[in-house]
Amino acid sequence: MALCLTAVLTFGLAACSTNTGSTLPSKSTTQTTQSTIQTSGAALSGKITMAGSTSMEKLSNALAEAFMEENRGVTVTAEFTGSSAGIESLLAGSVDIGNASRKLKNSEAGSGAVENIVAIDGIAVVVNPNNSVQDLTQEQLTSIYKGEITNWSELGGSDEPIVVVGREAGSGTRGAFEEILKIQDACKYALELDSTGTVVAKVASTAGAIGYVSLDMVDDTVTALKLDGVEAAAGQIKAGDYFLARPFVMATKGEISEQSELVQAIFEYIYSDAGTELIESIGLIAYEK
Amino acid sequence: MKNNPISIIGSRKTKQISETIAHKIFVICAFFAVLSVASITVYMIINGTPALTKVGILELLFGSDWSPTAANPGYGILYVILTSIIGTAFAILIGVPIGVLTAVFLSDVAPKKLAAIVKPAVELLAGIPSVIYGLLGIMILNPLMYRLELAIFKDSATHQFTGGSNLISAVLVLAVMILPTVINISEASLRAVPEHLKAASLAVGASKIQTIFKVQIPAAKSGIITAVVLGVGRAIGEAMAISLVAGSAVNFPLPFNSVRFLTTAIVSEMGYAADTHREVLFTIGLVLFAFIMIINIILTRILKKGNKNDD
Repeated sequence: MALCLTAVLTFGLAACSTNTGSTLPSKSTTQTTQSTIQTSGAALSGKITMAGSTSMEKLSNALAEAFMEENRGVTVTAEFTGSSAGIESLLAGSVDIGNASRKLKNSEAGSGAVENIVAIDGIAVVVNPNNSVQDLTQEQLTSIYKGEITNWSELGGSDEPIVVVGREAGSGTRGAFEEILKIQDACKYALELDSTGTVVAKVASTAGAIGYVSLDMVDDTVTALKLDGVEAAAGQIKAGDYFLARPFVMATKGEISEQSELVQAIFEYIYSDAGTELIESIGLIAYEK
Repeated sequence: MKNNPISIIGSRKTKQISETIAHKIFVICAFFAVLSVASITVYMIINGTPALTKVGILELLFGSDWSPTAANPGYGILYVILTSIIGTAFAILIGVPIGVLTAVFLSDVAPKKLAAIVKPAVELLAGIPSVIYGLLGIMILNPLMYRLELAIFKDSATHQFTGGSNLISAVLVLAVMILPTVINISEASLRAVPEHLKAASLAVGASKIQTIFKVQIPAAKSGIITAVVLGVGRAIGEAMAISLVAGSAVNFPLPFNSVRFLTTAIVSEMGYAADTHREVLFTIGLVLFAFIMIINIILTRILKKGNKNDD
């Protein structure tokens, strides 16, 4: 038994040592490559602070992580206090960037906040492919979700009850959807599903169902409705014709060019190819400046 | 000699060492389980109680307004608790008779060849991951329920159509899911009924069916009750399958309403919940934990009683 134990121990130790032996060199190589990047573009160090929209949590965190990965000396912190509170902190000078998941109000712009749209959050309204209704007005959509219209025949479709599918409380998509239509806390959901995938699956398998999902999650199993006659597509959203979309704004106090080197660098990163990829990877539409 | 450490001819010293080591390993293992239970209990209480005081026990447990992200948030989980209780109760009402009769069939009635098919099927049922039950529920049960719903509520102006995701679907899925537990434990307890009881009953002229219902099932009573309690535990703790079929909107548990159970309430909103909302989800966990604890206490009581009766 003792012999067994020593065997295991030595084996374990050997495994350990080979492990450290193999990881160490690879680590140092990544470090050297990074330092070469930094020397070519002057090593950055310092701290960037952001505060604002809870809907932008995913974007902010992904951005902070990616940017800190590229610039080891930089710390990016993000707080999620709500769009208005974020802009307030920006104007008070306590943060470098104020996040808002809406356009800036005139009062905010008047106080010196500059609206830098970094991405657009688009939501598609999906129905079963067999549904003959292809187009809804904003008013009709609102009435459906408030439970005032309950049958597709009222909208020119077949006599089929509407199954109102939504997301769970706390979901960013639900928050955006209700906020844009101004029906916060007024929705009458028949089903509250906890992921985009299940919403798509449910709508695809239920004749009278209607649901909302991030634009990039629409597939062939469901039909994305036109809203006010506008097709749900990235082009239309960028043009501002499709109403079920909202901008993600990273506001700065004064133009970007007036900001510190660090803040300029992070915006440069956002509008670079890597930044576009990052934004698209979390299901948003990148905004070309 | 060293190469053969478990030999009983080994020297006294090595023997003593291996004995102490083995003893310590046993203690550590036993302690690990106790530590887990204790830390889970402490963790649930620490995390589950703040919301109780913040929201108010009465408002939380007996409020029926669940709108955690509203401007004026409501954290009432009464409907969620009721759904779990009613859903589990009906799953038991459907699942237990089927399960117990299957157990009778397996232990007494079935020809050996047939039992050889049924028994593995039941065991396989126990091994199927719960998400599979959920998927089948979505694909088969929900469309059927929707057809039924369309027929029943054809002229109703107030009913909100759910596309078949409702309490009945969840109950049916749960009933199937508790079958293996109920069948296996009931069957074991039926087989443990002494042969002489059965023989005596048959000898005094009782028919086979009379013997089963008047002698064997009463004799196996404590085992069958254990099966029921474990079934309740399984049903109340199930999350994945019912989160797919129940619709997950917070409603009063009526048969054709989309409903949310205690488990699915936690699962569905944990991802994005913050602040008080998150704390309330932990409180829901605490309520669920309390239910499971109560079930376990009942179970140990039954088992103790059963043992006494056997003496």
